[in-house]
Parts: sequence; structure tokens; C-alpha cells
Amino acid sequence: MLDSKIPPGALEHKWNEYKGHVKLVNPANKRKIEIIVVGTGLAGASAAASLGEMGYKVKAYCFQDSPRRAHSIAAQGGINAAKNYQNDGDSVFRLFYDTIKGGDYRSREANVHRLAEVSTNIIDQCVAQGVPFAREYGGLLSNRSFGGTQVQRTFYAAGQTGQQLLIGAYQALERQISLGNVTMYARHEMQELVIIDGKARGIITRNLISGKLERHFGHTVVLCTGGYGNVFYLSTNAMGCNVTAIWKAHKKGAFFGNPCFTQIHPTCIPVSGDYQSKLTLMSESLRNDGRIWVPKKQNDNRKPGEIPEEERDYYLERRYPAFGNLVPRDVASRAAKERCDAGYGVGTSRQAVYLDYAEAIIRYGKVECHKLGLENSTTEVIRQYGKEVIKEKYGNLFDMYEKITGENPYEVPMRIYPAVHYTMGGLWVDYELMTTIPGLYCMGEANFSDHGANRLGASALMQGLADGYFVIPYTIGNYLSDDIRTANIPTDHPAFESAELAVSDRMTRLKNINGTKTVEYFHKQLGKIMWDKCGMARNERNLKEAITEIQQLKKEFFSDLKIPGDIYEMNPELDKANRVADFIELGELMCIDALNRKESCGGHFREEMQTEEGEAKRDDEHFTYVAAWEFKSEHEWELHPETLVFDVAKPTQRSYK
Amino acid sequence: MSLTGIFLITFLVVHVGINACIWANDGGQMFNLASHFMATTIVIRIIEVGLFAGLLLHIVQGLVVEFQNRAKRKIGYAVPMGNKGSKWYSRSMGLLGTLLLFFLVVHLKDFWVPSRFMDLPTTNYDGKEVANQYAELIRIFHNPVAVVIYILGCASLMYHLLHGFQSSFRTLGVPNGKYINLIRNFGFGFSVIISIAFAMMPISVFLDWVT
Amino acid sequence: MEHYKMGLTLKIWRQKNSQSKGHFATYKVEDISSEMSFLEMIDVLNERLIREGEDPVAFDHDCREGICGTCSMYINGRPHGPWHANTVCQLHMRAYKDGDSITIEPWRANAFPVIKDLIVDRSAFDRIIQAGGYISINTGNPVDANSLPVDKNLADASFAAAACIGCGACVAACKNSSAMLFVSAKVSHLALLPQGHPERKSRALNMVAQMDKEGFGGCTNTQACESVCPKEISMTNIAKLNSEFIFAGLSE
Repeated sequence: MLDSKIPPGALEHKWNEYKGHVKLVNPANKRKIEIIVVGTGLAGASAAASLGEMGYKVKAYCFQDSPRRAHSIAAQGGINAAKNYQNDGDSVFRLFYDTIKGGDYRSREANVHRLAEVSTNIIDQCVAQGVPFAREYGGLLSNRSFGGTQVQRTFYAAGQTGQQLLIGAYQALERQISLGNVTMYARHEMQELVIIDGKARGIITRNLISGKLERHFGHTVVLCTGGYGNVFYLSTNAMGCNVTAIWKAHKKGAFFGNPCFTQIHPTCIPVSGDYQSKLTLMSESLRNDGRIWVPKKQNDNRKPGEIPEEERDYYLERRYPAFGNLVPRDVASRAAKERCDAGYGVGTSRQAVYLDYAEAIIRYGKVECHKLGLENSTTEVIRQYGKEVIKEKYGNLFDMYEKITGENPYEVPMRIYPAVHYTMGGLWVDYELMTTIPGLYCMGEANFSDHGANRLGASALMQGLADGYFVIPYTIGNYLSDDIRTANIPTDHPAFESAELAVSDRMTRLKNINGTKTVEYFHKQLGKIMWDKCGMARNERNLKEAITEIQQLKKEFFSDLKIPGDIYEMNPELDKANRVADFIELGELMCIDALNRKESCGGHFREEMQTEEGEAKRDDEHFTYVAAWEFKSEHEWELHPETLVFDVAKPTQRSYK
Repeated sequence: MSLTGIFLITFLVVHVGINACIWANDGGQMFNLASHFMATTIVIRIIEVGLFAGLLLHIVQGLVVEFQNRAKRKIGYAVPMGNKGSKWYSRSMGLLGTLLLFFLVVHLKDFWVPSRFMDLPTTNYDGKEVANQYAELIRIFHNPVAVVIYILGCASLMYHLLHGFQSSFRTLGVPNGKYINLIRNFGFGFSVIISIAFAMMPISVFLDWVT
Repeated sequence: MEHYKMGLTLKIWRQKNSQSKGHFATYKVEDISSEMSFLEMIDVLNERLIREGEDPVAFDHDCREGICGTCSMYINGRPHGPWHANTVCQLHMRAYKDGDSITIEPWRANAFPVIKDLIVDRSAFDRIIQAGGYISINTGNPVDANSLPVDKNLADASFAAAACIGCGACVAACKNSSAMLFVSAKVSHLALLPQGHPERKSRALNMVAQMDKEGFGGCTNTQACESVCPKEISMTNIAKLNSEFIFAGLSE
């Protein structure tokens, strides 16, 4: 039976109660304890820095050439916090409630409430670190609104909030490195988890420059390795994002929670051809001011400017008048897919909708002209001022769009289409962020917690930093306090030896296939299966087909893969093959989970389960649980449901109408 | 580098001022008197020592910077970046400085050495006996080779200053974008005007514009 | 936007590892779409090389949306290729036409040794940050974020400097292999904010000292760095660093 270790007491007191009674490790003992942190994104960097500050001996790992490059850096829009600086009725409770509701009642109340509580500390911490958030003329912090909420609680730094927050955490981490509290291993990728006497005690890494395998001991291991959206081949994730670290842990006993919960982001730049290697996100903040529409006529070949106002279908405003263009991501994505599938899509591929700034430019232009006393300006002048406002707010996003497409979004509407963006699923963790393997923690996007079946915009940054700065420093002590007498285990221990052997066997196996097809080929095949059959809309028949196809693909992968170069040298193709092998196995589990969950909730849409208007229909009676999967053997998993209890936020049908 | 550079720039101002005296068209009287003042005033002579020290320091610093910086990229590019992003003269300060140094040797040999260490013919203004530097100047600048060398020297100086002027202020940390623009524009005007003014001297002598 | 196909001749630096001597290899690619990104064009080449049993071209890349700072190619004599304020991953093939020749080299600087092909070691940048590119506060309970108002202009200027992605194009472009733009961006970012004031002197002195120690050259203000910076970090930051450095040096 899964024990989520939720502290007793009223929801709003749980975290304080926990902090008040949790066991501590005294400073002298901290110096003797080694902690391994894998991944240096927001969760990993903030955790490694904070644990280093507390006096633990930390070893941090990343596959990139520097911790500053983790993909948290690409988050654009912002970070939520219940500061209520805008005096618009925000509160910890409201952030908690919005997040639970946005997650379609598939997340744990206690975790989400804690997240909302510490959200305010994150902003204070980041400002003190020198994160240059956007400010008002009065010198105070500025906020904007985001999808799925009706208050302005999002803090931002132009369209580069993730970058600024990560640089803040990176600087804190580098400071600890210079002080000797953290040892950094860049260009190292975790290949295996080492378990001794049932506890996580170390990892095997591959030095990506020399190709050599290395053994590292830690009293505890913290995985902050991000999401697995690249299982779809095309996603907004960085090329290197992978599931390998958590997948190895999963195969060694850590349960995988809600693997099928994938977020498809509604505003991405559409695919342009087969060669496409990744997709680029256009921040959700664009939906604040942009209006989404398609022509009312099917297969309309006219240019957007030639389509008159009355022949445009602003379908989000039409279907969801209360939230309009700011409905949550899953709703917006499905609505776009529905229009395109029905033949109303735009662009050469017909797999796109318009995101139009013409009206916002005029609206802002009029405000500016009013401020300057230019009441009777021509439309051209108004547009000019309007464009300047838009440039200040979204300039970098507009530039990015123009670089990729060659079109000027100030003049023609942007073409957008949904793309895989975030995975709510991940390793199952309890309230303390520990997985089902004692001593193995998992944080940030890599774990399953907090976002339920759908993540709200600007909440990923919040969760990553909450876990790293404000949760793990407390909860890890509760485990380590019992471990202060454990001396460092030498890495010639048989468990390390066998773990390393397993990795080197796998490398040799991959290298020796000597087939004819490249890793890219298999990755693309997998991505196509996943996107077509386990993507924005899923049904039983497709999922069953997908499972068979993936099993087939796995056989082909291990019999016809071709990898150039050698094992003991820098070999990006081998690294990629190693990751894709895990993605293939994960893909199967995602389909199994999606098949099992016969309801529509959040990002998971089962076509069999929808209302007459085509909205997602939850089945609270049978599926109010976290699906935690235990790996048994190849193609075989066992489900351990963790029932979710909603004492405070009573589930209702999500409505944004 | 920047401090010595600015110091040398101030010297150029004095130098060009005295040169301008030839255009008084008074048979060289004003010029000769000014030269006499510069050659005989004790304060000026002391400053002159400082000038040579500054010059030497500037040269040494320049050579050190140039060679140190060059050594920071042992393997170069097959396709050089060229003018994609910087001006050729900004990248060629070492070369321009070296040209200027050669020019300076010629220039000192032509004027400074004779005035200090040789007995130049004198001329008399209101009973004051002064060296006739002006006649020397007229003689030298009627040689077309000398004129070409001097024009090239002035061109080197112009490009050296075009970069050096604003660069020295940047190095000294003038922080505001507004001031940088001011300095850049002023520096541009200064470099061009002062170099042309210098170059006009041999030219106007050669073309007999001064009498 | 008109789309078209092109054939190209690529001259690419190949180097097996940091010890071996490198050389240029020439490859021809056909049927390249003008809508591809530059890195996708290299992907196409690599797929072919693998199928033909050759070692693919190793290059650094990750986010492919111009923010992680990993990609680093010196293309036809310019870091990150011909476009202004751009990274290689954002460069698209419509910048080229059929029959073009493209020479691709790694960043060149003693402080950025080549690891393989087009991949260089930029860990020197991390060590410069370790020397002082941070504000020394521990995680805990800092004061409320709004307790200290910051002049919007200063906050904006600080952000503009903090936008640096640490790609190293400034070093690659500089004739002196100087890291001044990188260092100055960090010093400016923190010195412009009141939170960064207590450590501003030691930060400027230590970061510059580390930069010199890593083997980067000195700044001679040629402005090449500014012209290639993907995030348009301004040279004004270098002047700011100089003033911070001089002030710190005079008052320490």
C-alpha cells in the first residue's frame, strides 16, 4: 500500500506542523553526509545550492556543458506566487484552489497547498538573489495574468523568466561550488542507480567526453532530471531532455505516477517539414493580448488580412465566454485540434490557427495616444504606438517567430498549433518528495506531484523552485537523521560493480547491433506512434495498436540500430540511442496508463469520455486516484492506485464558460 | 594605455596650435617665436621629458597588449571575421602605432633633433634672436617624398585616434550610453580635424600657400 | 515567404578529440529546404554520414530556441552565422541560396579548447562566475520582495545585461579572445541592482582576475563582441565594468 505520508491536521497547518516536528541533522553531522543531485535545472540547482549552504557535501551532475543550460532556461512567461500585490483578491487559498482545479482534481491537496504557501518565499528569495523581475515605474514588482486564473499573480522578466530564475539558482550553485560545498560534474549523464540494502546509495555516470563510466556514492540521491516530453520526438523540450535517469530508477523499483498525463501547449510554431527537429513554444502570455481565430469557411485559401471580421471564428471566445482566450492549456489545445480536424485550419499544412495581435495593437495604441494627448491620430500613428507597447511586452517572442517563419507578426497574424510541452507524470513521490525507493528523492518536472492532470501556466517554475529551495531542505533531514552513522560506502562495493557492469553491457549491446537504421529513425517512429495514438485525443483501439507497435519498434530497435564511433570516446549518437531505448519502454507504459484511465481529465482526453459539447468528462467515482506503476518485467507493470481525498477543494466539473 | 593615450592627445592639441602659426602668413614670425618659446622655456622642457616618458610608456604598453592578446588564440580562423562587426583600424592599433612610431623617428630627425642639437640659422625679430625653424620647414616640405611621408603619418594618426580616442574613455569607464555617444562623436570630429590640420601643413607649404 | 530547395558545399572542421590535430573536411548536401534551421541542415548531413559509416559531425546544441547558449559555430567568418542578434539554432536556411559554400569552424580561443569537431570547452565561464558572479545570500527568509523598490530604468538595464546566455560568441569574435562582454554583463547585472551593492568591489576585482587567469585576452574596445551577441548585450556594460573595476581598485 502506498503511503503518501501526508501530515495530520487542517490543510493550512500541515506544512507548518511538519516543519515543527521534522527530525533534524546537526551541523557537524551534515558535513559527513554526501548528497547526489542529478540535474541542474530550477529544482536541481536550487536544491544543490540550498543543501550546500546547509553544510551537506553535495555532488551535482548535468549532461550539459554547464549547469546554466538546463532547459528550465527556456521557460518564457513567468512564475506564479500568491503575493496579492495587485490587490485583486489573490491568496494562498486561491492559488491552491486554482492549481487543484486547473489540474482537474488529480493532484494531492496537501502538496498543492504547500506549494501555494511557499510560492511567496520564492519571489522574495529570487529578488534577493538579484533576479531582475519586471517592475512598475514606482519601483515595485509588476504582474501579469496567465491562463486558468482570474487574478494577476504572475511575476516575469520579459519573455525570459525561466532564464532569469535559472541564472539566479545557477549563481547560488556556483557560489557553493567556489566555497567547496558542491562538486560539479558537467557533461556527465546518470546511467544507473545503485541500491544497497534497499536504499539508494549512489549512481553510475557516463563521462560524455571520455565515454568512461564512473561510480559515485551518496547517502541519498535526488533526481531533478526534468520531463520526458521528447518521447513524442517533436516537443518544445530541448534536444537533450530525456527520461533515462528516472527510468533507471523506475526499473529499480521506483513507481511511476500518471505517466500518460502530458501537457500539449496550445501556442507553438507549427511544424514546417519532415526534417523538423523540435518545436518552439510561443509563451502563453501571448494569449493575454492576442485573439485566436480561424476562418468560418472550411479550407479558406485567402490571406488572413483578406478575411473580413464577420467571416472569422474566434472560437475560444465563442465557446468559453468567461475565460475566452485565457482558458487552460488543455482546453485551448483541444479546441485548436477540433477546428483543424474539422477542416478550418490555416497555412499550407492546414494544421494551424491564427493568433492575432491587430486588435491589441490598436487598443494599446489608443491608450498611448491618449496619454500623449494625440486624440485624433490616424490609424497609422495609433498602430505605430501600439506596436511599440507590444514590442516592449513581447518583443523577444515576436522576433523569435519572425526568425523561424520569416513572417512579421506585427503585420500578419501568427500561425500557431499545439505541441507537447510538459509532462505532469513522473516518479511517484510522497509528501517528502521521496520515491518508493528509500533515500531516492525526485523533484521538479521529473516527479508526478502538484499539477494533477494539467499544469497551469507559470506553475512549473514555481514548483521547481519550491521543491529545491523550500521543501527538500526540510524533508531530506527527516531521512538523513537516521543515517548519520552510515559511513561512506566505498565504490568497490559489489552493488556498484554490478550496476556498472549492467551499464557497460548495455552500451556494448547497443554498439554491437550494427544494423542499418539511425537512432533518429527510431525516435521519429516512436514519436509518430505516440503523437497519433497517445497525443491530444486517445481511444482504446488506438492505444492498443500503439502498444503493439511500440513493442514491435523495440524489437526492430535492438536488431537494426546503427551507431557510429566507439564507446569510450565522445559519442553523441550512443548517448542518444541510450535515451531513445528508454523512451521506447516509457512509451509503452504511457499507453498502458492512458488505456487504463477510462476518463477524460486535464491533458488526458479519452474520446469515449466526453460531454455532448465535446468537453472532457471526468469519472471521479472510478479514477480519483494517482496511477502509480510498478515495473515487473519487460512489458509488464502493476498498478498501485493512490486514492486522492479532497477535503477542501471539492471536485466539480471544470467549467471555463 | 588609455591614460597615456589621453596624455598624448593633449600634446597633439598644443602641437597643432603651434603648427597653425604658419598660416599667419607673416613670413614665419609667429611660428618661429612660438617655437622659440617652446624650445627655451624651462617648464616646457620639463614637460617634454614627461612627454617622452609618456610616449615610451604608451609604446611599451601597446606592444605588451598587442603581443599578449595575440597569444590568446594560438589556432586562428580559416575565414577571418574581417570587417563583420568591427572597423579595420580598431583591430589594427598595433600596426597603426608602429607606423606612427616610424613616422615619429623621421619627424624627430627632421625637426626636433636639429632644433635641439644643431645650430640652425637664426633670424631676428625686434632684436630678439631666434632659430629660424620656419625656413627649415619650408625647405623640408618642398621635398615631395617628405610630403607624402607626412601625409601618410597623419593618416595613420587619424585612424589611430579614431579608435583610440573613444576607446580610452571606455577603458576609463565612462558608463553612460549618452556620454559614450558624445565622446564618440567628439572623438570622431577631433581625430579627423586634428589629422587634417597636421596634414595641411606640408601640403600648404608644398603648394606654396604660405609665404 | 517563398520556399525553395538548395544544394550546398560545407567545409567543416573535424577533430577527433582534444589531443588530435584537426582538419577541414568538405561535404556536399542536396535538397536542403529554405525552411530548415541551420542545425537541421547539419542533422541531415549527419544522418547521411552515419548511414555511410562515417563519424557524424559533433556539435553542441540543446534548446534550439536561442536561449540555452549551448550552440556555438563560427560560420563563414562570423560567430552564429550571418543574422543579427541570433544564435546558430535560430539561423534558418533561407539565409543561403543554391550553390553557396559554407565554412564552419569551432569557437577559437586558448581558453576554449576544442573537445571534438565543433564542440569546445567553455567551463572557464563557470569558473569566472564562481569568482564572484552572484549575491551571497543563503536560502531562507529574505525580506519581502516589494520592501525595496528599484528604479524601473535600472531594473530594465540590469535585465538587459542579465539576458546574456553565456554562449561565448563574444570571445569567438574578439581579436583578443577577450571575455570582457561576458564578465561585464554579469558585473553590470548585479551592480545595477541595490541587492548587488555590498559585494560590488570584490566582485569586479575577482571576476576580472579570474578572467585573466583563464587565459582570455584584454579588451581593446573593437566592438566585435557587441556586433555578434545574440542577446545584444551592449558595450556600455564593458565601460560599466571598467568603472566598477577602477573604483574598486582605487578604494580597496
